[in-house]
Parts: sequence; C-alpha cells; structure tokens
Amino acid sequence: REIGTIIRSLGCCPNEGELHDLIAEVEEEEPTGYIRFEKFLPVMTNILVEKRYRPIPEEILLQAFEVLDPTKRGYLSKEELIKYMTEEGEPFSQEEMEEMLSAAIGPESNFIHYRDYITMMVIDEN
Amino acid sequence: MKVQDSSKATRRDRLSIDNKSCIDHPNWYRGYRARLKTRQHCGMYTFFNIDSCIEAASSQLSNFFSFMLENYVHIQEKDPTLVNRLFGCAPQDDRGRQECIGIIEVPESYSGPRLQFPLNTNSLTIMIEAFKKQQILHAYYVLEILFETKEAMKQMPNFTHIRTCPTKEITICGDLHGKLEDLLLIFSKNGLPSGYNPYVFNGDFVDRGKYSIEILMILFVSFLLFGDDLCLNRGNHEDFLMNMRYGFTKEVLSKYKIHGKKILQVLEEVFAWLPLGTIIDDEILIMHGGISESTDLNLLHHIERNKMKSVLMPPVPMDKDSGTETKKNKGHVPRGVKLSGSPSDYLTKHEWEQVIDILWSDPRGKRGCYPNTCRGGGCYFGPDVTSKFLNKNRLKLLIRSHECKPEGYEICHDGKVITVFSASNYYEEGSNRGAYIKVGFCTTLRFFQYQVTKATCLRPLHQRVNTIESSAIRILKERMVSRKTDLIRSFQLQDRTKSGKISMGQWAFSMENTLGLNLPWRTLSSHLVLTDDDGNIDYMTCFHDIHIQKPVKEAQSALIETLYRYRSDLQIIFNVIDSDHSGLISMEEFHSMWKLFCSHYNLHIGDSQVDELAERMDLNKDGSIDFNEFLKAFYVIHQLDNLSRSNTQLA
Repeated sequence: REIGTIIRSLGCCPNEGELHDLIAEVEEEEPTGYIRFEKFLPVMTNILVEKRYRPIPEEILLQAFEVLDPTKRGYLSKEELIKYMTEEGEPFSQEEMEEMLSAAIGPESNFIHYRDYITMMVIDEN
Repeated sequence: MKVQDSSKATRRDRLSIDNKSCIDHPNWYRGYRARLKTRQHCGMYTFFNIDSCIEAASSQLSNFFSFMLENYVHIQEKDPTLVNRLFGCAPQDDRGRQECIGIIEVPESYSGPRLQFPLNTNSLTIMIEAFKKQQILHAYYVLEILFETKEAMKQMPNFTHIRTCPTKEITICGDLHGKLEDLLLIFSKNGLPSGYNPYVFNGDFVDRGKYSIEILMILFVSFLLFGDDLCLNRGNHEDFLMNMRYGFTKEVLSKYKIHGKKILQVLEEVFAWLPLGTIIDDEILIMHGGISESTDLNLLHHIERNKMKSVLMPPVPMDKDSGTETKKNKGHVPRGVKLSGSPSDYLTKHEWEQVIDILWSDPRGKRGCYPNTCRGGGCYFGPDVTSKFLNKNRLKLLIRSHECKPEGYEICHDGKVITVFSASNYYEEGSNRGAYIKVGFCTTLRFFQYQVTKATCLRPLHQRVNTIESSAIRILKERMVSRKTDLIRSFQLQDRTKSGKISMGQWAFSMENTLGLNLPWRTLSSHLVLTDDDGNIDYMTCFHDIHIQKPVKEAQSALIETLYRYRSDLQIIFNVIDSDHSGLISMEEFHSMWKLFCSHYNLHIGDSQVDELAERMDLNKDGSIDFNEFLKAFYVIHQLDNLSRSNTQLA
C-alpha cells in the first residue's frame, strides 16, 4: 500500500483505479503484500519516461474550483467542499477528508480560499 | 514538476464539469500528501539513524573502559584509587540508610507534597497533583521511597509471573523517557494503577525527557502500593552510565543540588534490582529489547541480576593463571589488581551478554541473528529466531519496546512480536504517537494510541512535516560539521580535477562512508548542499551555514572538531572520574584520562595543544577544571539562527 505513496511522490497522479492496476502488475504471483524492487524499477521507469499519469495543470484545477463557486466569492465553505468531495468520482475516506480539511482550512475559519490552497499544493513540489 | 502540455488538457475538457473537480482534486491532494509523507519518513529515518549511532558510540566507550582496565598498571601509578572508583562495587549495607536519610530534615518552608509513611493511595494522588503543578518532591521523601523500593525489589524474582482474570485487564506501556505528560495522559485515559487496574511498564522510564525523576517516583510508589499489580521491567536506560550521557544524571543534580549525589547512588542499586521481564499467563513474555539466538530463559531466571550495574561496565576479564576456587568460575581480575569486592561480585561474560541481548536487541525482517552494529549491543533477530525461541519456551508472544514507532506500536514477525512505545512526539512535536496495550482474559489484546498535543491546536500535516524535517536536518548538519576535516578529505580525494565539484554519486558515497549513516542522501542533498545546473555538487557549501564556535581563538580547528565530536563520551568519563559529583576534576586526572582516551580512539592530538586548552579552561588557576563549562564551550553555531544551540536533545 506504500507503493501509492512512492509513485505519487515521484510526481505521478494515477487515480485509484489506475493505481490498483499498477500494483497488480508489480505484485508477486502470490499476493504476499510485498513488492520487489527489481520488479518495480522497470515498470516505474517506463511510467516516468512515458510521462504517464501526469496531473492536470494547475489552471484546470483552479477552473474546477471556480465551477463550484459560481458567484466567484473566491472561497468555498467547509460544508460545500465536503459535499462535493464525497459525492462523486473517487471520494476521500473519512481520514483523508479530515486531513485535507486541516491542511486547507485555517483552524478558526470555515472557508477554504481555494486559490491559496492550490498555490500551497503546487509550491510544495519545488 | 512540469505542467503538462495542452493536448491532455483538451481531453479533460470533454468531461463533465462537475466530474472534473471531483476526480482531479483528490488526485492532486493525494500526490501532495504523498510527497509530504515521503519527507516525513525521511526526517524520521534520519532521526532514528543518528539516534542509533549515538548508542553505538556508547559501546565504543565500553571498549574504552575495558582498555583502561587492561592498561591498569599505568593508571595505578598515577592514581591508585581511580580504577576502584570506576570498577569497584558499592558496599551493600543498610547502615547507610539511616546515616543517609536520618540527617535530612524537611524544612517548614517546603511547599511541595508531603508524604506519610507507610504510603497509601492518597500519597500517590497527592504526588501526581503536585507534579502536575511542576513541584519537586523533597529529597527526604525521594530517598525514603528509593530505599523502600530497593528492599521490596530485592524480594522479586528476575521475571514476574502474572495472570489475567475475567474482571481485569493488564495494561502494558513502553518507553516513557521522562515524558511525564504521556504518563499522565495514559492515566487519564486508562485510570490510575490499582489492584483492579494492573500495569506493566517495560523499561526506559528515564533519560531525554525532563521529568524522569517524577516518573520514577510515581512508578515506584505505585509499585510499593500494589506489588505484583505494578510490574516494572528494566530497560537499557536504567543504567547509571547511560544516564550520565542522556540527561537523567544532569536532571537529578540540578533538581537536587544538595542531595542529588546520594539519590544517584541509591538509584544505581535500585536500577540493578529491577526485574528483567514479566510473563503473563505463561504465554506472553514482556522484555525491553528482544532476544538473540542464544537467549536462555532458564539461565536468565537464575542469574543474580543486581550484579549487572551497567552495560558500559563490561565483566572483568578472565585470567586463567590465577586460578580461583569459586564454584561457578566467575570472572577473575588480572593479577596485581586490587579491586574492592571479590570476583563473585561480577557476572560472567556469558551472563552479561545474555542480559545485554534482552535489553538491546531489535527485531528485523531478515532471517537469522546478526550483531546490532547500529546500537553497538545486542543483535538483530529475525522471524525464525522468534519462532524457535517461543516454541522452545512454550510461549505465544513477545512484547517489547526500545524502538520508536510512528503509530506507537508495531506488529511484526507474523504477529509474534509486538513493539509498544509510549513516548509520543519523541523526536519532535508531531513525530509519532504513543500507545499502550490492554491484555484481557485468555490473552486477548486491544491497542490504544494517543498523542500529547501542545497548547496550540493540532497543526496540519505540512507544518508538522516541516518541523520534523528541519529538526532532522539540523542534527544532521551538526554531525557533518563534527567530521568536517574527514569529509573534506574524502571529497577532495574524489575531486580529481580540483574543481571544487563532484558528482551526486560521489558526494553520497563520501557522506555515507565518512559519517557511517545509512540515509537517503540524494533526497537530503537539496537541504545540505548546493547543486549546479549540470547536476554537480559544490561540496564546500556543505559547511556554509554552520560552524563550531571556538572557545579559544588560537586552538586549532581539528582539535576543536574532535572535542566537539566526542563531547558526549568525554562527559561520561568526566562524570565517572568526578566521584563526588562536584563538577570539578584535577588537572592530573584530566591529563591521564586524556592520554588514554587519545591512544584508544587513535586520535592524533598533540599533548601540548590539549594542555594549553586545559590551562585556559582552568579559569581560577586552582588546578581544577570545571568540565561542564569545558564541554559547554564546544557548541555549534547555526548561522541562520539568532540563538546558538549548545546541546541538542539527541546529542
């Protein structure tokens, strides 16, 4: 399960389904829960060379948030965010949700200023 | 990370608008989180590695003491009483108690907790309330409690056997390391110890944290009140020499300026009388470290555990020529050495090793049993060693502590070994949780985790990771500067063209070999050194923002560096020489110790340099050196700080 963390920390953004397939590709014949480095390395190298699972550009992500904020306030409320994140696509687990909220929203406020949030996630990589 | 080209972007546009945000945002977030987790892992790994290296250095010290004993003759000429002070046994008589405590009076002005003897459960609550208010228990009570505890512990066998029953669960806690907040948090979640709420504390109660003596008082009073319902196992830090290096000695001497020395002396014995382990229902074995392939439980049940004073005091070497009539053929001292106490006051080498193994070993995934080079004592044991041991002794589970785990506990070896660690935020705020285990009837297990948070509310992940990472980098840099000369030499050897630059691979190689730390150097490199556009490393930039403060301008860098690197070892040695705990040692003592130290550690420092340094340290010119001042003078300046740090937590 740590494979997901490794792949993502290298800059790739597979969704959960793609990740699942990837793991199946590198896992041992009998699922021991462990992955051998020798098997992982060529697969991962390929992914990096082919630039697979690249994340969408920052601007698109920003647009996505703006769609959820039609009146262009510049922020979303906590409730709105939770609603959208748990509704469709690949939802967050309860734990992920709490963590994301604590990162995105200041402890005193209830609003996420999504521009700042996106900037934080992007800057961090450099 | 590069932003991708527009072709992918158009494809995304075709997705429905709502779906976009739902799919992409989680992916982005997960990527972000993964990167944070990797950094956190890197920071924790750095801490753990450096931590273990410090412990390994302790075993070097142990070799040094052996070396001293072998060169005894020379020492004896200079200072006949020195070896006795180091290796002699303290006389074990109880007349000492009355002399010790009888003269102490608790003054009217004392505002701390007052205890009645014999103790009752009220005493425990009074004490805990007082400690919450940061009060200090008077030395009189401390000593009474210590003497009582010593007497009670003498009656205990090496392993305490306890049983579960339907009406009560046994709670098992791991390392506390002087962190009182964690102990109080456990008590508030799980209740105070009592006949209905038994506890097992698995060693390492002291060192590093600031409230070690308070924790001991709580644990010992509970032990005196509840007997078998409060089991205490010895850890590798319940050792007076370890305490000198890791802070407990200092804590006691600063809280108890007048009586600290007495307290330390009695503690030395109490630690040695701590039982080695606990066994629940004849199925679960609880010991601090682990096992080795040669661990013999039978032998361990029968050794005289109180003879193991310190892991750093190796057993006296055998001398075949001077035969001894003692039946068990215990260690015999070399001819000519007159140590106080007789040969039977020491453990045999085999027994000593058995105890080291159970207090210092760590489980690993690799099969077999290997010397624990990281810590310098005990071994790494694999799942096969565990199975064999448990089967042989008809046990089902080994519960141990000794290693910090991010979640407070960890299960390995197919569920046969569990590590439990009870000091949360051990390396740094937010570094890890603490945990305890509750064992119910028929040995069912439940796990509980917690984390002590400071006044500020729990910070988001990225802040915690930043803190862990920057602390780890700091400590790493201090290590680097303490080996500056060696590192530069290593870099220069690889720099054929003398350009001041080497490749990443070469840099990583030098770092790993010189420092002896197995760390992810490439990932860390961005924090430690400057890389140019071609990917080459300008190695001198390693030392740009950090240097060791020179206490004396004229002293050479190499000497300063050496003293800085070995300052922890020197601290222990000085503390040992300074038997009256005055903080002062004589110039002669300093000289003879330093000469031996250099020859053993193969240091090439000219005598005259050290003499000069020592003379300057002897500020009032009375022939004695305040070594605490001496050692404090060697600290590292982090250029980016306003304040300079003299002693980090781990060093």
